[in-house]
Amino acid sequence: MEQRSLYTILENAPLAQDVFRLRLLGDAGWIKRPGQFVNIALAGKYLRRPISVCDWDGDVLTLIYKVVGSGTEQMSRMAPGEKLDLLTGLGNGFDAAPARGKKIALAGGGVGVPPLYGLARVLSRAGESVCCVLGFRSHADVFYEHEFRALGCDVRIVTDDGSCGAKGFVTDVLKSLDYDYYFACGPQPMLRAVHALGKEGQLSFEERMGCGFGACMGCTCKTLTGYKRICVDGPVLLSGEVRFDA
Amino acid sequence: MPDLSVRLGTLELKNPVIPASGTFGFGYEMARFYDLDLLGAISLKGTTLHERYGNPTPRIAECREGLLNAIGLQNPGVHAVIEHEIPRLRQVYHGPVIANISGFALEEYVETAALFDACPDVDLLEINISCPNVKHGGMAFGTQPEAAREVTEAVKRACKKPVYMKLSPNVTDIAAIACACKEGGADGLVLINTLLGMVIDPRTGRPVVSTGAAGFSGPAVKPVAVRMVYQVYAATGLPVIGVGGVATADDVIEMMSAGASAVQVGAQNLVDPWACRNIIEELPHKMQKYGIEALSDIVGRAHRA
Repeated sequence: MEQRSLYTILENAPLAQDVFRLRLLGDAGWIKRPGQFVNIALAGKYLRRPISVCDWDGDVLTLIYKVVGSGTEQMSRMAPGEKLDLLTGLGNGFDAAPARGKKIALAGGGVGVPPLYGLARVLSRAGESVCCVLGFRSHADVFYEHEFRALGCDVRIVTDDGSCGAKGFVTDVLKSLDYDYYFACGPQPMLRAVHALGKEGQLSFEERMGCGFGACMGCTCKTLTGYKRICVDGPVLLSGEVRFDA
Repeated sequence: MPDLSVRLGTLELKNPVIPASGTFGFGYEMARFYDLDLLGAISLKGTTLHERYGNPTPRIAECREGLLNAIGLQNPGVHAVIEHEIPRLRQVYHGPVIANISGFALEEYVETAALFDACPDVDLLEINISCPNVKHGGMAFGTQPEAAREVTEAVKRACKKPVYMKLSPNVTDIAAIACACKEGGADGLVLINTLLGMVIDPRTGRPVVSTGAAGFSGPAVKPVAVRMVYQVYAATGLPVIGVGGVATADDVIEMMSAGASAVQVGAQNLVDPWACRNIIEELPHKMQKYGIEALSDIVGRAHRA
């Protein structure tokens, strides 16, 4: 259920190149699954900024975002103690149930990595063993490698230029792994490549949104099961329904 | 108690606030935000004869005090709307329903409108001759007086329900188009649809929205809408539904003063899903503040010296 609430910034600090971690004090009780998102209002900006939830604990919400435009740049200059107006309760999130007892791989690219952290926590608490392949552009962009390790995950880092971990794409490492269920979040070309490996899994998509709650049809994509709005029918879609040819 | 009720011809609304087409889906999904029976009416997502996917994404871009959209009339087609969408809306909403109709040829407008005309759950037909986001059709019918008159006449001939023509602001003389619709027999007018705009990403140097140009709406367009409502009210005397940049109760009062009998709220629903409810709750306080006893008294008062 969507709600509009004010959150207080506890921390808003750089984590990697142009990447910030935002810890917010406020209601986290709305979260049903990892992979859901919030839509953040910013002073002087007409539309809200959709950002996925990285983690949550009690009344603290952790978001990780990348500065990509003037809105996120403005957000990066906000200080602890300042308030943020969030629309919460958005998106379907990852369903951990179908992965139970399977050999699970998480595939993340860039700012697609954060929602996989909350998922990794849920999975490892449930006793699942998780292998993560996290892709970044270069060493300066890498974040949360140790946080994933601390959850007990087997973590492989991949960078475009090989400055950290393996050189190449997420799928270069992923296809060498023994897994039978995956969760992926990252840029469209990465999702397409992960999907093309043919295993069963769930993919979280990103799209420019108008509202974030299903009213405007701004983020609709074609799937094998009909038109889906990334904001309310997603952002997580099943590997069996996505199509990249449309 | 201030009187919020207004009239659109013979149709009575408990208040003038209507979510605009395309910003509220087919309504029923918005019932999770508030009781939809608070609304004056609901204007449904733009509907065509056949199902449409719409334009490729990105369909949305932001700009100062507004946004651009190029959805491209995504909808399941008139038959599915009548069989599935409207019944679902009726489970959670009991007030007046406005069907918003688009087409790519005269015959399509007429066939779609006639189907809605025969649907007992529809109270008013809003004929969209102003969609800027589709090729061949849409706005083409709303930018030439003769074409606007022909569509109006053809739809009127096929329908018994009130026919309101939704006009495009992308014209040099809005009053001429409005008068042509009146000549064609329109019962009322809805204006404005979105302004044609463009946003270019400074990093890539390319338009953000897949179609390049797209429909601009939001608070920034309100003065254009108010001016056009003012002109059209003076030129035709027809009931007008004012739409464009309305976000507050003050905006509703301003739009009605220009000549609107009712008001639609569009873009604001996307940034605040409770926008219509908040405006309706705010209206009595503003009326009291300005000494307005009945909202219907202020329609067109800007024209009275």
